[in-house]
Parts: sequence; C-alpha cells; structure tokens
Amino acid sequence: MAEIVLDKVTKRYADGTEAVKQLDLDIGDGEFLILVGPSGCGKSTALRMIAGLEDITEGELRIGGEVVNDKAPKDRDIAMVFQNYALYPHMTVRDNMGFALKLAGVPKEEINRKVEEAAKILDLEQHLDRKPANLSGGQRQRVAMGRAIVRDPKAFLMDEPLSNLDAKLRVQMRTEVSRIQSRLGTTTVYVTHDQTEAMTLGDRVAVMRLGELQQVGTPKELYEDPVNLFVAGFIGSPAMNFFAARLEGDRVRLPIGELQLTDELRRRVEGHGGGDGGRDVIAGLRPEDFEDAELVDRSRHAGGFEFEATIDLVESMGSEIYAYFGHEGEGARSDQISELAADAGGADIPRGDEQQVVARLNPDSTVARGERARLWLDSTKLHLFDPKTGESLTHSG
Amino acid sequence: MDGGLRNRRILGWAATDALVLVVALFPVLWILMLSLKSPGTVTDGRFLPSEWSLENYRNIFEQDVFTRALLNSFGIAAIATAIAVVLASMAAYAIARLNFPGKAIMLGAALMIAMFPPISIVGPLYNMWRNLGLFDTWPGLIIPYLTFALPLAIYTLTAFFREIPWELEQAAQVDGATPFQAFRKVIVPLAAPGVATTAILVFIFCWNDFVFAVSLTSTSAAQTVPAALSQFPGASQFTAPYGSIAAAAVIVTIPIIILVMIFQRRIVAGLTAGAVKG
Repeated sequence: MAEIVLDKVTKRYADGTEAVKQLDLDIGDGEFLILVGPSGCGKSTALRMIAGLEDITEGELRIGGEVVNDKAPKDRDIAMVFQNYALYPHMTVRDNMGFALKLAGVPKEEINRKVEEAAKILDLEQHLDRKPANLSGGQRQRVAMGRAIVRDPKAFLMDEPLSNLDAKLRVQMRTEVSRIQSRLGTTTVYVTHDQTEAMTLGDRVAVMRLGELQQVGTPKELYEDPVNLFVAGFIGSPAMNFFAARLEGDRVRLPIGELQLTDELRRRVEGHGGGDGGRDVIAGLRPEDFEDAELVDRSRHAGGFEFEATIDLVESMGSEIYAYFGHEGEGARSDQISELAADAGGADIPRGDEQQVVARLNPDSTVARGERARLWLDSTKLHLFDPKTGESLTHSG
Repeated sequence: MDGGLRNRRILGWAATDALVLVVALFPVLWILMLSLKSPGTVTDGRFLPSEWSLENYRNIFEQDVFTRALLNSFGIAAIATAIAVVLASMAAYAIARLNFPGKAIMLGAALMIAMFPPISIVGPLYNMWRNLGLFDTWPGLIIPYLTFALPLAIYTLTAFFREIPWELEQAAQVDGATPFQAFRKVIVPLAAPGVATTAILVFIFCWNDFVFAVSLTSTSAAQTVPAALSQFPGASQFTAPYGSIAAAAVIVTIPIIILVMIFQRRIVAGLTAGAVKG
C-alpha cells in the first residue's frame, strides 16, 4: 500500500502529439481514485504510465515516495486489471492467479493458500482448475481481479475492467469491486469512460479532457460544483441541460424566462468577473432541478421560478418521470458542448432547430405528452458558464 | 420431416466428402498397390497386384543408396527446420511487436524471396558450391533450403505472433516477469501451435525438394530421397525400377503422414481461445 503522486506528468509521442499534458494528481494511501473522461482523453495512457507500460516523457511519478519513472513494470509492485482481462489462456485459473507469486519465488504452499483465499473472496473456488476458455465473462473478470488481489501489491490499476460485461453483470461487479477495495484498503486507480461508475465507485474522481485534468473532487463536488461546461455536462445522467442565456446585473434571461440570481450565486458570479455590463453566458440546469409546479412545497416555491412548456415526450421510470420539452431560444454553443455531444454520439442525431430540455419530475406528476404543463425550476441550483472558455461563473472555488 | 431433411443433408455431405477422398487418395492407393506387386508383374497394367509381395521393400532397404538417402533427407530437413524455426521465431516476434524502420521492406523482401523460382538460382549455386567445396555436402543443401524456408517461416510465424494479444505480455510484465520470462512463459507456449505448424511446413518443404537435391548432390554423401529415387536401379539390369520407386515413394510419405497426425491437434486446437473476450 502506498500513495501515488503524479507531478506534472506528460506523455508526448514521437510525432509531437501530447496524450497527457502536465498531469498533477495526488492519490492518497488506500484511496480509490477514478480517472474518467471520453475516449481519447488520455486516461488510459495515464494509467499505463503509472503501470510502467508507457514511458513518461516529462514529469515525475512517485509510488510510496519513491520515484519510479525509470523502473520496469515488474519492479513497481503494482497489479493491473486489463479491459479484456488478459488471462493466460494456457494456464488454469489457479496458475493464472498464482503466476506473479511463482515468479516472485514464493513457496508453493503459500501460493496455494493465497490463491484459495482470493478465490474465496471472489467466489471462484470451484473453478480453480479450469482454463479461462471455459469460464463465463463474469468469471473471467473475477479471475482478473483475483490475479491482482493475490499479490497484495502497493496499488491496483484497473483499465475499464467492467466494460466488457453486460449491463446487469456490470452493476453487480461494480458493487463487488467497491466491496473488495474497501475490504483490502489498497490504493486503487480505476479508469472508466462511464460516468455512473465514476460517481458510484470512487472516493474521488478526476475528470480528464484532451489530455488535461479538468477537475478532481468527490463525486458530490463534481456534480454540484463543476468548474466548467465539460465537467458539468459529462457528470450526471441524464446530462445537464444547457441554455444560451444573457446575464445582466443580477438577472439572467433564459429562453424559458427571466430569473433573479440568489445572493449566493450573485456573489460567486461577481467573484468570477461579474456581469454588470451584460454578457452572454451559458446557463446549466440539471434535470432534477425542475419539478411539476403543482408538486413543489410551498416553502421551496419562493426560491424558484415557474414557467409553461409543451411536453414532447414523457418517459416514466416508475420512481421518477422524465419529461422532455423544447424551447425556441438559440441553442447553447460551445466547443466543450459539441465535444460532449460528439462523445455521446449525439452529433449524429438530427435535432432540427428546437432545443430539447429534459426534466426529472416526481412520479405523481400528471404531465402528459403534447400538453401544456406548468413547471418550476430551482434557481438556487443554476450554473452559469462563460461561452468562450467554458469556465464556470458560479463555481465556489 | 425435419429429421428427414437433416438426414438428407448429412447424406449429401457424406457423398461429397467421399468423392473428395477418392480423388485425393486414389493416386496414393495406386502407388501403394504398385509397390506391393512383385517385380515381374509391375507392368501388368492391373490395379490390384496379382501376386502380393514385399519384395520391392526388401529390395530398397537392401540397397545402400536408399537407406543413405533416407538418412540424408531426415538429417538435412531436420537441421534446416530447427535453424529456420529458431531464427524465424525471433525475427517474427520482432516484426510483430516492434516498430523499426524498414519493417515493411523486410517483410516484402522475405515474401519476394519465398516466391523466387528456385530453378533460376540452381545454375549459379552449382558453380559456387563446387568452388566453395559445398557441392554434395549437407550444408550445401541446408543453406539453400534456409533461404527459401526462412521467409516462409517468418511469414507464418508473424501472422501467429500478431494473433497473440499484446496485453498478455504486458500482464506478465506487470505480474513481475522480465521480458524474457514473459516471452518464454507466456508467448512461446501460446505460439506453440504456430511454431509446430511452421516447423511442419518447413520440414515438408525441405523433405519434398527435388530441384536443389538433384542438382547440388551427386553421391550418397548428401543425396536425399527424391534425388535418389530418380536414379534408382531396378532389381536386375533388365527390370524397370518402377516397383522400387513406388515402394520408396510410399516410405517417404510415411514421416509426413505421421507428422501431420501428431501435430494436427495442436494446429487446430486454437490455444488462444478464451484469452480475451471473444
């Protein structure tokens, strides 16, 4: 067990492209850190640099206080779980899990004891003498985990370990991974492109984009207080709604109406340069910050804003309702938003001129498709961003 | 109804398979029958021997020419195969795993050499070998075999190494293996079917060669079976050597059949199944 420190770590390829730029990360002893971002953001490269499978061009990597830049993977005492598991197909599950110990010259009885112990944790006991080819996807995934656990290494590195599993199994294994990590208390770096995994698994989440670290924080911090459009749009599902808006003094004009900034928000906006002369901004509101106006508590009602919209589509999930409505205002435009849309595959969906908004409503709501509905939004939860830089104007820091 | 359809399909396939087998095996059977005729009835034009006899076999094994040739064939093919497989494994591993300038050119050149008609270099080689003292020696055949077998081996093995997921090697490295340990304990066992396949191909190539064997040897010092066969004497001066040739042809086919039988399973096994999500 050890802490992992990345100090201005950069990966530059021979052709000059930078996969990871000046990455600073401080991963505490026993911490579970998630590296998340769209494909190509450099998260896997960063992980592979920690593992030693990829050279570090610049900067310093320390594991347990020791600089390991030039150490071979085998001398770093870290275990890695690969996306496609990378089990040795010619070895049994037992040999797969014991391979590292065997290489380290651990006596046979001890290897057996440790392998059986790990197999017990992972519920693999009855499969120890089978070959990977005869295992199901979930079992292979657990063997890959087992191979890491058995060694009791300084750190676990996991590269999208669940992405090859089907949806149901993924949720199951997610809790499993989390349980094992907290039980063993081993420092873990976990790479994923799935924001749900990021939110549910980690102590802290680091969001990367184009090789640069955007924000590190607890899932709650990232969700409630994103530093820019990218983080705001990436974290959360369904994603945050963005509107082109205009900020004038302490009032914000949205396509769906005009609302007053709360004192707290006004203070934050002023801290980020204010909006006295009036400026274009992008406003962000999460789906759950909307509610059916009739179902809002009297006490909360004052802190919000009511408007009318025609509901295009209602998706009832049982515990909640997703209501989609459009507005005719201009769409929010920013490089970061188009990037998010491209990553989600949204760039391919023809949209027309109308802008879609999704609201998460109480299941008791009676909104119906094609009808006008009175909705309420919580203006204390409003996020404002600079359209050019994407920086948040309402970030608390 | 369903069962009937199924049966008819099976029957159809069985008939097709049988036809292919007959076409492929008839010449082999014919040679076998020929070899079992007594020297006097070899030219009687019948398919089945009128007199079954092992005389042809006895005959060839009594002749020093054949046994020496058999030994030469084995020795030369085995040595050429061993050298080719060892060198080609390393070359193919480098080509599959590393990026170095001129990789494409190297592979292209290898393919070109493999396609080169051997007959066009036999003449120059004959003169060179005579000057260098390599004519009618084992190395005199092993060297030209290698020049043709290596490209073939590199090509097959490269394809095989490319199939092995690179992550396996990285996993081994993270597990604490040195690059050589990763190669030996993970890559080589996985490549074994490929190595076996290559070895067989190379061995058969060397074993079957006639052009080099007949041109670059003259005595039983290095003459291989195909070359020796062409110069077989008959049982007596007045009998045609067909019977002996047929017997020898049957004998040289046996090692190939045995090899393929032994390795067929390994070749087909597809050991890499289950390494990654498939």
